[in-house]
Amino acid sequence: MNKPVRRIAIFCGLLVLALMIRDNWIQFVQADELKSNKHNRRVTIARYSQPRGNIIVDGQAVTGSQETGGIDFKYKRTYKNGDMWAPVTGYSSQVFDANQIEKLEDKVLTGDDDRLFFNRTVDMITGKGKKGGDVITTLNSKAQEAAFKGLGDKKGAVAALDPRTGKILALASTPSYDPSKIAGAQDDKAWKSLQDDKNQPMLNRALRQTYPPGSTFKVVTAAAALENGLYKDVDSKTDSPLPWILPDTRVALENEGSIPCKDASLRVALQYSCNTVFGKVSADLGNKKMMDTAEKFGFNKPVDTPVRAVPSVYPKDNRPQNAMAGIGQASNRATPLQMAMVAAAVANNGKLMEPYMVDKLRAPNLNVIEHHQPKQMNQPLSAENAQKLQSIMETVVEKGTGTAAQIDNVKVGGKTGTAQHGVDNSGNPYAWFISYAKTDNGSPVAVAVVIEGSETVRDDIAGGKLAAPIAKSVMQAVLATEK
Amino acid sequence: MSPISPMPNMPNTTNTTTISTEGAPSRRNTELALLAFAVLIPCFAYANVGLAMDGEMPSGLLGYGMGLGLMAGVGHLVVRKFAKYADPLLLPLATFLNGIGLVIIWRLDQSPRLQARKFFTASATNQLMFSALGIALFVAVLVLLKDHRILQRYTYISMVAALILLVAPMFFPAKFGARIWITIPGLGSIQPGEFAKIVLAIFFAGYLMVKRDALALASRRFMGLYLPRGRDLGPILAVWAFSILILVFETDLGTSLLFFGMFVVMLYVATERTSWIVFGLLMSAVGAVAVSTFEHHVQERVTAWLHPFDAFKDGSSDQIAQALMAFGSGGVFGTGWGQGHSDLIGFAANSDFILATVGEELGLAGVMAILLVYGLIVERGVRTALAARDPFGKLLATGLSGAFAIQVFVVAGGVMGLIPLTGMTMPFMAQGGSSVIANWALIAVLIKISDTARRPAPAPAPSPDAEMTQVVRP
Repeated sequence: MNKPVRRIAIFCGLLVLALMIRDNWIQFVQADELKSNKHNRRVTIARYSQPRGNIIVDGQAVTGSQETGGIDFKYKRTYKNGDMWAPVTGYSSQVFDANQIEKLEDKVLTGDDDRLFFNRTVDMITGKGKKGGDVITTLNSKAQEAAFKGLGDKKGAVAALDPRTGKILALASTPSYDPSKIAGAQDDKAWKSLQDDKNQPMLNRALRQTYPPGSTFKVVTAAAALENGLYKDVDSKTDSPLPWILPDTRVALENEGSIPCKDASLRVALQYSCNTVFGKVSADLGNKKMMDTAEKFGFNKPVDTPVRAVPSVYPKDNRPQNAMAGIGQASNRATPLQMAMVAAAVANNGKLMEPYMVDKLRAPNLNVIEHHQPKQMNQPLSAENAQKLQSIMETVVEKGTGTAAQIDNVKVGGKTGTAQHGVDNSGNPYAWFISYAKTDNGSPVAVAVVIEGSETVRDDIAGGKLAAPIAKSVMQAVLATEK
Repeated sequence: MSPISPMPNMPNTTNTTTISTEGAPSRRNTELALLAFAVLIPCFAYANVGLAMDGEMPSGLLGYGMGLGLMAGVGHLVVRKFAKYADPLLLPLATFLNGIGLVIIWRLDQSPRLQARKFFTASATNQLMFSALGIALFVAVLVLLKDHRILQRYTYISMVAALILLVAPMFFPAKFGARIWITIPGLGSIQPGEFAKIVLAIFFAGYLMVKRDALALASRRFMGLYLPRGRDLGPILAVWAFSILILVFETDLGTSLLFFGMFVVMLYVATERTSWIVFGLLMSAVGAVAVSTFEHHVQERVTAWLHPFDAFKDGSSDQIAQALMAFGSGGVFGTGWGQGHSDLIGFAANSDFILATVGEELGLAGVMAILLVYGLIVERGVRTALAARDPFGKLLATGLSGAFAIQVFVVAGGVMGLIPLTGMTMPFMAQGGSSVIANWALIAVLIKISDTARRPAPAPAPSPDAEMTQVVRP
């Protein structure tokens, strides 16, 4: 009888072996996957088991942590002035995960980052709990406040950059939401009502929404004209008949009112926002060259700030559509951040700096573990051409459509835009304004403002009236802190 | 033609068994030394849990250590007196698992997440009491059972007892989707299946010992397999049908699998016919598939096994997914005692799913160690079967160790997502009185068999015809 008993011994051994192999599979091979599974509450439990590190603006934390006394989560995220900072911080919820900086820099904020290993080890040896590091942003609280207050209860967004470095100074989006309200474990209702809100308060319009750029895109078209040598001088006459028929069609492109657009110089054309002049520039250059220039400004690519901004688009298109795209009224679309980048590149003498909003990552012991260095992203136009473009953008503010953005004793360049959209342009138009301010130390601020039209201002929505004052107050806020 | 020549060099002293007339060492001191480890390691674990969870030495450490030490000491002394030649590993291994199980149950008692659950009661104290009862039964078996062969006399009584134990739960209300409990109001409930395992093994061993020749020899050869005669198929069909009945009426996949598996193993050992294994596998496959076509409970278990993470979508029980995540989060070395979150499993975290806590807090290393300990118990049991001198002892020891191995596989495999979850308890570790008491009895029987097996055979009486056997060379 011993032979079958020995075989049974082998069989039992195989059973145990099978268990061991399975155990190696789930505890070694699949371990990381299971550990970070989205249903694994340990991730959230760890995230809230100690006060989270803070997100810091101008030396002040805009976030905080509050003890909850709950079983799963010892701490809860709080936000100071959450509505205003939500487009920057994102949210960090015990139930609904996190987004934006809260998500991207989660490892630093919870103290799990590899670069904090030494800190953790020291803390473990000295018996202190794990601590999270801080995220220091590039934002300017005054500028952000100006942007957020300026938007008020209108629907819209503001993005402001330091053209010299690419630092994001303001990033506002309205209507907004308070991330504190969805931070806790019992906030399902608040979450649901935010999700169902047709005004999409959780949409970060400055980075994640693209709009038809309207006449503000004429700055890009003008840059393309100068860069491609179509026109060398901004003050000499262009070859612009009036009326001008869109290529391959019999439709004449209209201007807004009777403005002096026939053969107008680029300066005059931008000052009055001549559709015919820039439409023809775009048609003359062709789709390829227009697309090249737009892409040099950052179109057709997502931008990681590190929070990802959706790509602004300048698509391949037929000739009439391409001509319309030259005045920002076709299928080209841009995020507010993209248009701020356009203004910034012009203001920085043609050099486009990569926009970023995380300046430093700081360990709990205040050691800096990462310091972001400004990087040049591209050079969409030469310094010479950039200065020409600056001079005509400054004319726009001086005596053109953008006079509302004038600031005493400061050179301001800008461009208004009013973008039609919807079927047969039935939607309320978008009011745009992009601008920059210049001091002796170069340009410290470029800003883009977009306001989605509301019923009340339908007839009176020109970017100059609605958006320019907001841009002005943002620029003033930055200039004030600059001194 | 030459006459058949005997093998010329056949040594006449070949020792084919582990038994010899020379006094085998009793190994009782080895057992004592191992027991010291088996008590000390859980004590360190206990202290570790207290330090990790409350930052101080747990106040119950002394009581716990003395309790476990006392149990081990009593067990050892009784073995020394009543089963002097018993296998030295079985008692320490069982004590170790019992001790570690108690620590995990106590650790889960501290979990605020479990305390917040309805119907949760701290169970460490009860479990310690049940462990003591288990040791008491262990002692009783060793003292009262002079020789395991006595059990052979109770073959058919065992059958009746096993039937009663298995059928009884059908008349009691189902708990948590399975009818495997006998509930006595005011006293609590017992899980008779755990005891039935041992009683049934006695019945199978006794029955097969008598019938093995008929089952083994009277058969026809068909396609390379020896097919048993129709009437010899009776018993296996009866056991099979019974397993299916258990599965249908008690919705208890694990017990059903365990009994059928044990029977096939013992049948194979008794008859040495591989065909029985083939039959057994076929029949369990047919039975399982047939039942799962109409038994909703079984279907649910299979679905939960195949798609554990669907639970988060359709709101069914997420236990398996939680257990898998506990294992995964433990990684190679684990979080350390008291620092995991295996309590997220919720219901049955300290019984069926207790291995997940080992997985999370002690890591891959810890689970491998625990599985090795289980494997060692099984292999010591099989070793006992090899050494046993009587077929009844061989069959009983194989049956008990085989059942133990299958139970460990079914539970651990279910918790780790290797096979569908069946709802059995991890022997010795899991919270539950019936389980720990029954398994101590199982170890006692194995120890008794091994004692008989390893006991030095009495010096053979001079055989009257010893001189008459002669090798005749041509």
